[in-house]
Amino acid sequence: MLFLPGNTPNMLINGDTLGADTAIFDLEDAVSPDEKDAARILVRNALKYQDFSGCEVVVRINPTDTEFWKKDLDAVIPLKPDMIMPTKVSGGGMIREVSAYIGQVEERSGIEKGSVKILPLIETALGVEKAFDIASSDGRVAGLFLGGEDFTADMHCKRTKEGQEIFYARTRLVCAARACGIEAYDTPFTDVEDMEGLRTDTEFAKSLGFAGKAVISPRHVDIVNEVFSPTEAEIEYAHDVMDAIEEGKRQGKGVISLRGKMIDAPIVKRARQVLEMEQAIYGGGCR
Amino acid sequence: MSKLMGTIREAIEKAGLKDGMTISFHHHMRNGDYVLNMVLEEAAAMGIRDLTINASSIFDIHEPLIEHIKNGVVTQIECNYMGGRVGKAISQGIMEKPVIFRTHGGRAGDMERGASRIDIAFLAAPCADPMGNLSGKYGPSACGSLGYAFSDAMYAKKVVAVTDHLVPYPLQDASIDEGYVDYVVQTEQIGDPARIVSGTTKITRDPVGLRIAGLAAQVVKHSGYLKNGFSFQTGAGGASLAVAKYVEEMMEKDHIKGSFCMGGITGYMVDMANKGFFDTILDVQCFDLKAIESIRENPKHREISAMRYASPAAKSAAVDSLDVVILGATQVDLDFNVNVHTDSNGYIMGGSGGHSDTAAGSKLAIIVAPLIRARLPLIVDRVLCKSTPGETVDVIVTQRGIAVNPRQKELRDRLIKAGLPVRDIRELKKMAEEIAGVPRPVEMGDKVVAQVLYRDGTLLDTIKNVAEI
Repeated sequence: MLFLPGNTPNMLINGDTLGADTAIFDLEDAVSPDEKDAARILVRNALKYQDFSGCEVVVRINPTDTEFWKKDLDAVIPLKPDMIMPTKVSGGGMIREVSAYIGQVEERSGIEKGSVKILPLIETALGVEKAFDIASSDGRVAGLFLGGEDFTADMHCKRTKEGQEIFYARTRLVCAARACGIEAYDTPFTDVEDMEGLRTDTEFAKSLGFAGKAVISPRHVDIVNEVFSPTEAEIEYAHDVMDAIEEGKRQGKGVISLRGKMIDAPIVKRARQVLEMEQAIYGGGCR
Repeated sequence: MSKLMGTIREAIEKAGLKDGMTISFHHHMRNGDYVLNMVLEEAAAMGIRDLTINASSIFDIHEPLIEHIKNGVVTQIECNYMGGRVGKAISQGIMEKPVIFRTHGGRAGDMERGASRIDIAFLAAPCADPMGNLSGKYGPSACGSLGYAFSDAMYAKKVVAVTDHLVPYPLQDASIDEGYVDYVVQTEQIGDPARIVSGTTKITRDPVGLRIAGLAAQVVKHSGYLKNGFSFQTGAGGASLAVAKYVEEMMEKDHIKGSFCMGGITGYMVDMANKGFFDTILDVQCFDLKAIESIRENPKHREISAMRYASPAAKSAAVDSLDVVILGATQVDLDFNVNVHTDSNGYIMGGSGGHSDTAAGSKLAIIVAPLIRARLPLIVDRVLCKSTPGETVDVIVTQRGIAVNPRQKELRDRLIKAGLPVRDIRELKKMAEEIAGVPRPVEMGDKVVAQVLYRDGTLLDTIKNVAEI
């Protein structure tokens, strides 16, 4: 998931070509207050005239305690981005407020209600503690997204590359998301030059159960994609699992084993997930 | 016997320069070259007229040429590349006779087979001894390889070396030997070192450029050529270098050892060779200080002449053994013809250089370019100038997809199988036009201002003047 500043035309026009599964058009932190109008118009026109069919589009809007967020939604909702990312979300009430306003704009624009999803950005201590409340607050919520930089500022601690200080927030977010049957996405790695650090951090996020990771530089896209993509061996094993199950069914076997190990329900579930990812990666998309 | 002349004028007189002659220059001093301007200034002062300039390349520093053309000192230009300043004047129609564009290999080949005759070659020599042993590797104006100067030295009737670094006889490690050189002139400076080579050449940071480079590297990977013995050429531009970086990562991962890298050589290619990714560097031109240091110090870094590099008149040339080349384009058309001579308004601002030589010789020629440049689509119905014929171009890589020449069906299938975004070239054109619109056709005038010769000497295309608005 690649963050792109909403006020850079060249990045918006090429946003879907940079290899990310999702382009996040940012109207918030990347845009200074006096540029908010311009960015909103640019993002609206990019959504209107550009074909982003191969790439999911998220728009990060300004916080609900500013004058901008409703204008942001007025501009972009009629063009049906896949998701809206509200920021500094600290409870389910905020999501319901945003969802209700999205609903109004959808209705006004003649769009089917509920078609635009919400991806809350959780970046405060309160938000982390209320992660489950946020995840379960509204049917539009499609995932939870951790913002490590603001979170550590709120926690009065230093953000480090190792990330011990966000370990609790990460695991709490993943658990809350999974408990509600939605996805969790990890905070960006902010050192643009440190590719090894990026790989380590991404591998760790994957090991915790995150479904993906945000990046702030297009140069980080390939490594994050590589880490989150199943390996050739994993894909092959998943195919073998499904083949063994088919074979077992044909032979009427109750217990199926592969390479000397019994195939149980979690193994099958994991194999299905790998094959779904294989389909998503090789069956089209941005790349 | 003394070959040493006190001044350029003395050398010109001794060499017998007369009205109507053809004089030649190499372009290893690039945009820092003083020699072409010095010689023409002297010739003009001597009242000589009607000269043909055969220079392997013309750069912006050669802007004084425009006055010499207007004054009748120079009446024809032959070159392989022409920068935008002189190019614009030529496109405005200031010269009666059309410019003759060749390729790097074609220029050497035409001299070799006598189709292009040089009366006097003036060779900028960063290092020379009094008898005319010459090298580009030493001295304050060092440029590294003298690759494009060999044919001039060998085939011109008279050869004048111009140096700012005269060393005692014999210059060890000379590239061009005394047997070819008639006169040697020492001057204060033959060029501006800061503009002869870049300090360092850097990989692009532009995300779109990097995406294109990443896709191009994937094409190389899945083409089947990336295996032990792989040979490779790429340009010095930021995006071309990025392709090299990604290719290097793949070679490292899969333990692939290449045979040679070639071309204009940059520090990046030197590093790749030093890390063991290539056995040999074949260097016709150095682009930066690191490349110069390497050609001086590393015995596996070989200087090659333009003939050895790409001459179609030779029994074979290095381009014929090249696996993959990465090239640029200002325009590409639906038949995969590439324009590198004019900008999208029709003004001359480039030339083939080694473009069509390497496209023809290599097994896989990949063009990398953004689908839209400064709001203009890359792909057009018909290029303004056919610099490299589409038959020799295999793949076009843009940030929105890859077009494979229909002649390369097997390659197309391989790339599709690898999951790469292969599109029909018409589809890419449509994508660009949906974003940028269809540009209004460029109106060209009726006067032929340049003829573009293919590497075998046949006429490939003509360039007309630009109608002034």
